[in-house]
Amino acid sequence: MQQAVQPGMQPVATTFFFYLLSGLTLLSGVFVIVRKNPVHSALALIFGLLAQAGLYLMLYAPFVAGVQIILYAGGIMVLFLFVIMLVNLERSQREEQFNKQWLVGLLAAIALGGLFIVVYVKGKNLFPYRIAQPVETNNTQQIGVMLYGQYMFAFEIASLLLLVAIIGAVVMAKKRI
Amino acid sequence: MAPIGTLHYLVVAAALFILGVIGVLTRRNVVIILMSIELILNAVNLNLVAFSRLWGLHGQVFAIFVITDAAAEAAVGLGILIAFFRNKETVNVDEIDLLKW
Repeated sequence: MQQAVQPGMQPVATTFFFYLLSGLTLLSGVFVIVRKNPVHSALALIFGLLAQAGLYLMLYAPFVAGVQIILYAGGIMVLFLFVIMLVNLERSQREEQFNKQWLVGLLAAIALGGLFIVVYVKGKNLFPYRIAQPVETNNTQQIGVMLYGQYMFAFEIASLLLLVAIIGAVVMAKKRI
Repeated sequence: MAPIGTLHYLVVAAALFILGVIGVLTRRNVVIILMSIELILNAVNLNLVAFSRLWGLHGQVFAIFVITDAAAEAAVGLGILIAFFRNKETVNVDEIDLLKW
């Protein structure tokens, strides 16, 4: 595996940070699906999103990492916490947490995991190790050029989607339409 | 220890995906199901950005669009939850069965 030596910053302790960040992400994922209190799940998910932003930084994607922190952890999860606050979930914490078909769901997920393992073991040679170290100094500029050039149509459709989502959320949450 | 290649990130993304699938299929609370869906979307994003290191910036642009979609979907899903909770006072999917036979 060759890495082009770039002038400037060099990656330090890549293995340690990868295992630390991915371990934290997976651990918070486990906490999301296991905890009884939905506020604990939301906080665990926020932590997992921040750890994943660290993984994005390791993958030389600083703009996506910034978008993840601001939008996902700072916007969507705050929305989740507000709704958890509105919907009074005190009573549901004392009830049964896992539904009737939990065993079938778990087996289906394990089967999917087995499929992933087979794909990754058989296709190990498909993923090339040639990882040229990308330049990250003008990552944001290049993403901006692509968003406003090649993906302009998708950009406009995404803004239309957000408009529809705003209208839908406001109408559905009003007391009287 | 082998240097960290693309496959390491793909395995982490697959594990996150499976955790999200277990959360969606197993829990009764609607809010936690929605949060497991966010886990699934994050796993897909990690996959996209891991591959974009090899094949150019298209993966990162796609990941930004996925995050935008996740925001819209979370807003609409939580709006539906609030509208339903006003009528029935429960957040368990087992008890949302008005359309059953």
